[in-house]
Amino acid sequence: MSDPAAPTPALNPAGQAPTRLAGLREFWYYFSVNRGAVIGLVVFCLLVLVALFAPLLAPHSPIQQYRDALLTPPSWLPGGRPEFLLGTDPVGRDILSRLIHGARFSLLIGAVVVVLSLSTGIVLGLLAGYARGWVDAVLMRVMDLILAFPSLLLALVMVAILGPGLINTMIAIALVLQPHFVRLTRSAVLGELGKDYVTSARVAGAGHLRLMFKTILPNCLAPLIVQGTLSFSTAILDAAALGFLGLGAQPPTPEWGTMLAEARQFILRAWWVVTFPGLAILITVLAINLVGDGLRDALDPKLKRS
Amino acid sequence: MIRFILNRLVLIVPTFIGITIIAFAFVRVLPGDPVLLIAGERGVTAERYQQLMTQFGYDRPLYEQYFSYLFGLFQGDFGTSISTKRPVIRDFLTLFPATVELAVFATLFAVLVGVPAGILAAVKRGSWFDQLTMGTALVGYSMPIFWLGLLLIILFSGVLGWTPVSGRISLTYFFPAVTGFMTIDALLSGQRGAFQSALHHLILPAITLGTIPLAVIARQTRSAMLEVLGDDYVRTARAKGLPPRAVIGQHALRNALIPVVTTIGLQVGVMMAGAILTETIYSWPGIGKWMIDAISRRDYPVVQAGLLLIAMIVMAVNLIIDVLYGLINPRIRHQ
Repeated sequence: MSDPAAPTPALNPAGQAPTRLAGLREFWYYFSVNRGAVIGLVVFCLLVLVALFAPLLAPHSPIQQYRDALLTPPSWLPGGRPEFLLGTDPVGRDILSRLIHGARFSLLIGAVVVVLSLSTGIVLGLLAGYARGWVDAVLMRVMDLILAFPSLLLALVMVAILGPGLINTMIAIALVLQPHFVRLTRSAVLGELGKDYVTSARVAGAGHLRLMFKTILPNCLAPLIVQGTLSFSTAILDAAALGFLGLGAQPPTPEWGTMLAEARQFILRAWWVVTFPGLAILITVLAINLVGDGLRDALDPKLKRS
Repeated sequence: MIRFILNRLVLIVPTFIGITIIAFAFVRVLPGDPVLLIAGERGVTAERYQQLMTQFGYDRPLYEQYFSYLFGLFQGDFGTSISTKRPVIRDFLTLFPATVELAVFATLFAVLVGVPAGILAAVKRGSWFDQLTMGTALVGYSMPIFWLGLLLIILFSGVLGWTPVSGRISLTYFFPAVTGFMTIDALLSGQRGAFQSALHHLILPAITLGTIPLAVIARQTRSAMLEVLGDDYVRTARAKGLPPRAVIGQHALRNALIPVVTTIGLQVGVMMAGAILTETIYSWPGIGKWMIDAISRRDYPVVQAGLLLIAMIVMAVNLIIDVLYGLINPRIRHQ
């Protein structure tokens, strides 16, 4: 089974069946029509590379404090120093190096949250759609309940219960995003359940688990992949917001939102300490949303060519 | 119509009960002793502890505790703040108008810019204006608004010096709070310049809070408009020779705006979350900042009540939007 959590389409793995290859080719055709989506994908791949090779790319350690270089402006400004390309923060750490290392945290947060919420969401959604009856009713009421709270507020309160930190941030965000996956899976399952291929699989003797995961699930994946991509960017934004409010990753972790929180009191004196971390968040989220838009156009046959 | 409204009211009862259960459970799942957390006292003796136990009813069975909590809620008892020692509901009602005022102006900004931009983008589909609007909307949708707020402060308060950095009005003005809405109170006070000062303080927070709704509304308006423009009745209107302005304004717009109203309603939840961030950045004394302060001060009765009240507000607004939707769209009502 292909990994539904992968936010980017795995293109052309060698040795695939020809029909699959043709499917991928068709997908790529529709995806690449959208110029923005391709740009987003390229930027996202670059970000992944930056995150993977962060220790090699970063000119300095992200937590090394250069006491002789507090709040140094970017190198092209008067007072800037060539070794600190984007300047330094209030305790003399190199901003560029912190941003490069921060990419690891943001992408990790996005990936973990999507895997967590997608996998639990799929299981619960399949269960609700397949079992119907009271299981369905109870599950969906619980999901309605989670959706009744503004997501950031619920995540905030969860982190207040669990204690601030990166791992609890991820758990909290995964929990508040997961109802979307449950609902999507459930409605896709309900749409598929009455179709002939499901009936014939059932008649052929397929068990419940096989029907749920092998027969029905692959046909429900398209909307889930799109939602997964959008949740990836939401997770990064919400984690940064929690970091900004002081409840996410804790200093000196070079998480982008946490960097903004630390820099807040210096905004009128040193614009670069707030500008660059936020820009990094914006570019990452924008790239992923562009990919998400492209995926939706390419995967949703109803919207195709409209 | 009345049946429709009653129907919707019945549907939210389970959600309401669920919300109260979550708020009730909140203080009991916190790490640490809930009695001490709610009392907010240190160095409690054994006798005092027993006294607090009885006072909060923690010595009774759980279901009894829940029903007395629920009973208290219906009487307006949402608990007492540890830091201000006042009933939480009183603090909430004092601060709530500030958030409403901010949200109203943010919504105005989002709707007044977003709806026309979406319409124009749809009408001129594929033009540079369309591409520019949709590009900007995607950037807005991806925006970390806490960062946008900081940038706006740097530009408009720091560099240009046009707007104040924080608060709701200059300290030079003082007048009684009649409505709690600073702009209205300023007008009522009749003091020269007070209204302008209130507006000045409001403009950056409103833009910050309105940015994501603006992007969502612009995108939604455009796609709803595009859908309607392809419909037969619009073609008929065109074919019978109506000028484009009339076709769009009278025929297409009415139907296109139906899904947009829902979108605007759904943004209320987004706004409440956004208010937490916006109010923190601009030191706006509303319920978003109140919640954050309560969390950092471990004022758990406030967090508990705030969670409940905010969820109830979102629920109520969604209900109103649902009913409005039924009013403007008979197809929903008669389902």
